[in-house]
This record gives sequence, structure tokens and C-alpha cells, in this order.
Amino acid sequence: MTEQAKRVIDQPLWPRVKRVLVQHVDPILMLAIGLLMLTGLIVLFSATDGSWGRVMAQAMNMLVALTCMWLVANIPLHYLMRTALPMYALGMVLLIGVALFGEISHGARRWLNLGVATIQPSELMKIAVPLMMAWYFEKNEAALTLKNYFVAALLLLLPVALIARQPDLGTAVLISASGFYVLFLAGLSWRIMGGLFVAAAASAPFLWGMLHDYQKHRIMMLLDPSQDALGKGYHTIQGMIAVGSGGVLGKGYLNGTQTHLDFLPERTTDFIFAVYSEEFGLIGNIILVGLFLFVIGRGFIITANASTYFTRLMAGSITLTFFTYAFVNMGMVSGILPVVGVPLPLISYGGTSMVTLLLGLGMLMSIHTHKTLVQT
Amino acid sequence: MKLRVELKNSQREIYYFRLRLALSIGFVLVLLFLLLTRFVYLQVVKHEHFHTLAENNRISVVPIVPNRGLILDRNGVVLAHNYSGYTLEITPSKVADLEATINELATLVDIQPKDRKRFRKLLAESHSFASISIRNRLSDEEVARFAAQSYRFPGVEIKARLFRDYPYKEQTSHLIGYIGRINQTDMDQLEEDEDVAANYRGSDYIGKTGLEQSYEKELHGTTGIEQMEVDAGGRGVRVLGRVSPMSGNTLVLSLDAKLQAIADDAFGSFRGALVAIDPNNGEVLAFVSRPGYDPNLFIDGIDEDNWNELNNSPDTPMVNRVLNGAYPPGSTFKPYMALAALTLGKRRPEQTIFDPGYYNFGGHVFHDDKKGGHGSVDMYKSIVESCDTYYYMLANDMGIDNIANFMRQFGFGQHTGIDIRGESEGVLPSQEWKKKRFKTPEQQKWYAGETISVGIGQGYNAYTPIQLAQAVATLANNGVMYRPHLVRRITDTRTNEKSIETTPLPLRTIPLQQENIDVIKRAMVGVNKEGTGARAFAGAEYISAGKTGTAQVYSLKGGKYTEGHVKQELRDHALFIAFAPTEQPKIALAILVENGGFGAQTAAPIARKVFDYYLLGKVPNAPPPALPVSAAGGTPATGTADEEPERD
Repeated sequence: MTEQAKRVIDQPLWPRVKRVLVQHVDPILMLAIGLLMLTGLIVLFSATDGSWGRVMAQAMNMLVALTCMWLVANIPLHYLMRTALPMYALGMVLLIGVALFGEISHGARRWLNLGVATIQPSELMKIAVPLMMAWYFEKNEAALTLKNYFVAALLLLLPVALIARQPDLGTAVLISASGFYVLFLAGLSWRIMGGLFVAAAASAPFLWGMLHDYQKHRIMMLLDPSQDALGKGYHTIQGMIAVGSGGVLGKGYLNGTQTHLDFLPERTTDFIFAVYSEEFGLIGNIILVGLFLFVIGRGFIITANASTYFTRLMAGSITLTFFTYAFVNMGMVSGILPVVGVPLPLISYGGTSMVTLLLGLGMLMSIHTHKTLVQT
Repeated sequence: MKLRVELKNSQREIYYFRLRLALSIGFVLVLLFLLLTRFVYLQVVKHEHFHTLAENNRISVVPIVPNRGLILDRNGVVLAHNYSGYTLEITPSKVADLEATINELATLVDIQPKDRKRFRKLLAESHSFASISIRNRLSDEEVARFAAQSYRFPGVEIKARLFRDYPYKEQTSHLIGYIGRINQTDMDQLEEDEDVAANYRGSDYIGKTGLEQSYEKELHGTTGIEQMEVDAGGRGVRVLGRVSPMSGNTLVLSLDAKLQAIADDAFGSFRGALVAIDPNNGEVLAFVSRPGYDPNLFIDGIDEDNWNELNNSPDTPMVNRVLNGAYPPGSTFKPYMALAALTLGKRRPEQTIFDPGYYNFGGHVFHDDKKGGHGSVDMYKSIVESCDTYYYMLANDMGIDNIANFMRQFGFGQHTGIDIRGESEGVLPSQEWKKKRFKTPEQQKWYAGETISVGIGQGYNAYTPIQLAQAVATLANNGVMYRPHLVRRITDTRTNEKSIETTPLPLRTIPLQQENIDVIKRAMVGVNKEGTGARAFAGAEYISAGKTGTAQVYSLKGGKYTEGHVKQELRDHALFIAFAPTEQPKIALAILVENGGFGAQTAAPIARKVFDYYLLGKVPNAPPPALPVSAAGGTPATGTADEEPERD
């Protein structure tokens, strides 16, 4: 044992543990995450009519997710980069497996029963797709040609198509967004983007035909929710009523009538924002948006300071995806976006999305804290 | 060179990246701003709108049905009340196989075929989500048995409800009437007035006949409102506000329940009607229409068997004889004829006629009841002995229109205005009436010969018992007429105030001379003292006035009417009108006994019992009167009544 090693061991235990625990955790990001999670637990308590059991379960989810975040934060990004290809390949295999042998639940084929556990491969792809694309761009950084963008786009579209077919519009939208952010940040030319936009607009009628009835319905409902107030429009209408009736100051914690009288559907998951908004009002909404903006802002700072091409793309995509989660969720609850299954980040009840999100934020931390190490 | 290019590229790359990043930040900020704008729109601009929607969501207004008002007799005896009991109710929409469920239930509680029939009838009338009772008035034991097994019967539940109950059943059925489930016809009627319709939200029952119908407005009460916070499933969570219902008002009747029972019992097995009125104010003291029916059967929808039985019975128990039975008054018409003669100056009291036993009018012979005639007859004797010939002549002397105009003043052939809906008008024959009644000119013509039989209360004459009673009460009250009414007082249940005291005002005073009235009254006293009513009133401790009557049901076509030889349903109707005490009349009545034979035999004894109770408080302890046959045969002559009963 060398002298140096001895010295390390001789140091008091706690500072060492503490150093291990926090050295790769970004304190600013952590503070915002903590505040959002706390808010989430508080709102969940109301949304479940005071169920400590659900709150504790969610707290456990958070603990697991935070552990994942901590682990990822401690892995230097170049190690993570190496997992891009295998992870992506595995995800694709599983997605094809789902399409062929998946279990149907609620009219959608999203789950794969592996005998040991049932998994949802689309969740894995939320990380794997941007990771793969960023890795691909990094690999070809020296001389990016149009062909590279095309291949990257294909890497994105294949899994998205499989997921949209399940159908899982929410996840498809989120993965498309995260992939698009990579393309955008990687410098996809404006002309191509314009062309894509026109192509998308042109193929809209065709895509419309490919949508499932319930997806069409949800989009129609957005245009006129009152059309089917007790059917598909019910979610949107009750959500808007909850938000609108909250007013400026809100009805007060645990006093939301929409929430506590069962009018709000999915109020612990996708519509938890309606619960929050009803009870805390416009003031609460501004604070919540502020907290999200805080996370996003920190993400942008990390992105701006990222040292490598790969990390810049990854950090940017993660940050923007996080924003997309928040925006799409709040947008659908307040009736400006169709109802797609997107949770409110760090607040909606559920373990899987919590883990996925915190894995992303863990990567942000890793990018930030391993910067100097990479440079040396 | 190469290095420079790379460096330059790298810098340019970072520059472009940061440009894109800045664009991204702008994108994020714009969208978040958009979101905040949306929040402001929803939570500030449209807040009021969504607030209202949320309130509508959570608040449900539940009507609270008021307790129906009670109906009491003049002494506070309950004639209609509510009691709480249990029903077994099924919500059809929640039950898969109704028949099987009912069969299962039948193993726990007693379910009769009539219950099933009634259930099916209600089922056809109701929505499938309404709960319909399969059994009413469950015993405690049945409730317990079902409660233990209730988990096996989703969609079936025990409910505590208030039931209407009519303790006097048949005896008061025709005046109290009954309530029944609100049907489409009732619904349409209620909806004509929005306020009324609103007051019936939640109500299942409405008065269908009798006082229950006529005083529906008073009895129903005001429906309360409970604002309930409900969840999305419509279940009540808590009460936010409550406007208590106001119970219906209590009707206090002028009816004397005990008197009613005595009068009803006095009919024995006979059908008929009796109306007793306080002549001083028109208060109806007894209102009997026999047979009656059990109104309790109707409340929750009558079952088919009972319905058919009631409807097809030859005794027509559903007919309210007091208000809708129109009968010729027979000889009870004579006192009014005599009064008309005096008033119009057609006869003087002492003026006599000779009765040979018949009256010949243009070759047509009208027989007097008494073979050989009454001989010399003055007005007093004409009433006491009920001489027909006297009135044949009188009718002819007066002419039909004189008779009609005079009788109209006493209310004959007109609605009395009693406070129960649906009374009939009867027929007061006149030339005008005949014109209206018939179509061809031949039929419309009034023949003088027709006037003759009108004079003794036969012919076209047809009056309801309530009209007969009103007329005799008016006579007793010296021509001052009151509207007969059953409700004496309406008491506000909450304040216990007599909110509506019905202080009756005379309807009109008939222009009559007291001396003429006294002549008639004296003669009517004579009837009960020494005439056709004497046997019934033998030994009475008060002075009463009366007149017997017999109305022909069966045209004998010249044959001799012998009671024993004619089937009961073809026997004449017996009538009796009376009042007492003569000096200060407190009660006046009209009695009709269907197929009762002579008025003196069956009707007058009923009057005696009613008077004895009302004036002296005597309760008849003997069983109901002996059958008419034995009465005719074996009663010892105690007074001046003829050995052979007079066929008045």
C-alpha cells in the first residue's frame, strides 16, 4: 500500500463519503430537482385524497431514480458513449419483439413479457435514440455530409415508427423531439429543415389516415372538446375546468373540487398538473414554470459549456426534451395540445418515466462534472 | 495550415452550435410564454366561466319531498295520514334477470302474484333506472331476512318511505279519495305551470280523487331543496345547503268520523248514499256512498285482480253515489212542490182536494199509491200521508217551467259547489232542458202529461244525493242556502295557525215567506210523528221533520208492485230527507237506499240512528237493522203508522 493510498484511507470517513456522494452531483440542478420532487409529492398527496401509501411509493420511485441519476452522473460520458450502439440495437430488437409478441393492454401493444418482468422498450429508446444519434455525429464529426444527417434521421425514424404503431403517440412525440433536437443542434441546414417541414405538411393527410381512431379523436377533441364532452373530450374539458376554476390564487391545498370529487381523470399521472393548478392557481403555475425554467436554464448552461461535440449534442437534447415533457404536458392539460400520454416531469406519479428523466439529468451532471477530467 | 483550418472549423462549429442553442432558448421562452398566456386566459379571463362549470360539476340540487298534509275530522280523528314503513325496491337497470331475481326474493319475503302484477304494471310505466317497489309494508322480520341476504341481490334494496294510509278505508273512500303515482296525464297537467312543476320535482304521488285531489295544492306542501356536493359518479358527498321542505297543510274536515261510521253501518248490506249537513253553515257532517272501496289499494298502483273486481262489481263501488248518482227524488220532492204552490199562490194550506185514488189527465190515468185514495186531502195531509193525487193536480196547475224555476233556487239540477271535484249536475226537467237534451223536434216537445209525474218526483227528475241534502238543509235553514263543504279549516302545519278558516257565507237567500216555510215544516214534523216516518222516529227525544220517498227503478207496466216478488236489484230506491231539531235545526240529511223498497222501511231508520247519535250522542248498540222483509212483517205498531206500510 502506497503512502498516498494510506493517507486517503486515514482521512475521516464522512468527508470521503460525502465527496463520493456529491462530487458529480450538480448542486444547482439538484436543488431544482429536489424542489420539483417535493412539489410532486405534495400534489400527489392531494391527488390521491391523502394516500400516504401512494406518496411513499412515489418517494421510493424517486429514491430509485435519484440513485440511477447518481450512478450515471458518476460515469464519464465517454464510457457512456460506448453503450450507445449496443443500447440502441437492444432497443430496436425489443421494439420489434413488442410488435411481434407484445402484450396488449388498453388497446395498445407496448409491453414485452420477458418471463421475469414486463418491460416497455419504448422507454429505453427515450435515452438510446438521442445517445445513438449523438454518438453517430461524434463519430463523423470530422466531415459531416448530407448523408450523415440522412442516416441520423433514419436512426430516429425507425424506432419512432415502431412506437407510433404500438400505438404510443406520447412516447413517439417525445423521442421524435429528442432526436430532432440532436439533428438541429448538430447543424442540420435550414434548407433541409424547411424542406422537411413542407414534406411533413404535404404528407399530413396521409399521416392522418395512418393514425388510429382514438388518436384522430384526440386531435379532433382539441379543436372542439365540447363535441364529445362525456367521451373523449372529457379529459380536456375537466382539465380546463380545473385549471380555469383555480383562478389566480387557487382553491387552496386539498380544496380542489375537480380533484377531490373525482371529476379529473388520470389525476395522479398525466393530469396531475390540473390538480396543482386548481389548488395553487396562476401564482402556483408561474412558480412551477419558473422551477422548470430553472432546470432548463441550468441545462442550457451545461450544454454551452460542454467540452465535446457528443456531450454538447447530448446535453442540448436532454435539456430540450425535458422542456418538451413539461410543455406538452401542461399544454395538453390546459387545452392547447392534444391529449397524448406525456407525464409532467418529476411530478407525475410513476417510476419508469421518473427513472428515464433522472437518467437524462444524471447525464447532464456527468457532462458538467467530468469536463475537466476529459480535458486532462 | 491544417491546424489553422481545424481550429477555425472548431471555433466556427462552436459559434454555430451556440447560435442554435440561443435559438433553442428563444424557442423555449416563446413557448413557455405562450403557456403562461394560456394560463392567464383560463385562470383570469375565463375564470368566472370555469368557476361556474366547476360548481355545476360538483353541486347537485336534490329535491326533498315534503310530508303530505293530514286529513282530520272535526274532532281531530285521523282520516288520512302518513306512516313510515319499508319497501323492497328493484332498480331494473341494475338487474340482469328480473324474473329470476323476483323468484329468489320470493324465498325471503312474501311476494304474491298480485305484487308481481303490480310490479309489471309499474315497470311498464317507469324508466328502467327508477327504483320500483315489488313489496310494500314489509314486516320487521322480512326486513331482517332480506338484510342478511342483501349481498346476493345487487340492484335490490330496502327503502324507508312514508306511506299514505286511510284508516277508515271503505267508509271514507268516496270523500277522502286517494293518492296515486304521478302518471303522464298528471305530468302534463303539472307542467302547464312551471312553478307547480318545480314543486313536484321528486314527488311520486298526487291526489287522484276526492279531497286528496281537490285539495292537492294544500296537501302537497312545498318541496325542499338540498344542495349536495356530488362526485363524478353522482354520489352525494356532503350537504352544502338546505331549504327544508314544508309539510302540506292539515285539512280539518267538518265531517264527524263517528257519525260517518254510524251512518255507514246503518246501511247494513244495502247500497246507497247519505249526506248530512249542518244547515247553519253548509258543513258536511257525514258523506256516505256505499259500497266504498279500500283506497289504500290504489296508492302504489292497484293490482289487476282487485281492479277488475272493483270495476266489474255489479255494486259499482267505484261510483261516488253522493256526487255522481242521479236519482229521482220520489216523494221527497213533495215538500218543495208544496212550498212552490204556497209561494206562487197556487194553493193555500187549508185548501183541500178529493183523492179518489187516481188522477185522470186527458184520458191517461195516474194512480195514487193508496188504493181507493186518501179522500179529502189538504196540504198537511198531502205531505204526511204522501198523497200522489194532490201533487198530480198541483203539478198540472203549476206547469213545468214554474216548477223548474222554483226548484232551481233550491239547487236541484245544479252543481252544489261542494269542495270535491267532479259532481254531476242531475236533471231538473223543463221545456228548455228538453230542447237541449233531445235532437228531433218531436222529442224536444214538452208534453203536459210529463209534468204530472214530475210533481211526485218521478219522470225526468234526477238529482244527486248532495243536491237533495243541500235542498233540505236550505229548507231547514228557512231558505238561507250555503254551499256544502267538507273542509272546515286548513291548518298550516309549521305555525299551527288556522291559515285558512273557511267562514262560510250564505250562497243566497231564497225569497220565501216564513209562514209558508212553517207550514211545510209542520207537515214534515207530522211525517215523523204520525206519517210515513213515524215508526222510525217513535220515541225520539227531539222533534224532527222528514219526508220519505220511493223512486221507481222498475217499470211495472201496469202490474202490481209486490216487494217479495221482485228481485232485489229491481226493487225501488228508498229515500228519506229530514232535519232536526225542528226549531233550531242542527243537522239535515238526505238518504238514498238503492233497491231499499219503501223509504219508511229502510231509509228512515238510518236517519233515526244518525240523529240519535248527532243530537243525543246515542250509539246504536243493537246490530244493524233487521232485514227489510222482517221489518215489514213483524214490527209491532207503536204509533199511528198504517199497518200496511204506505207506498209513498
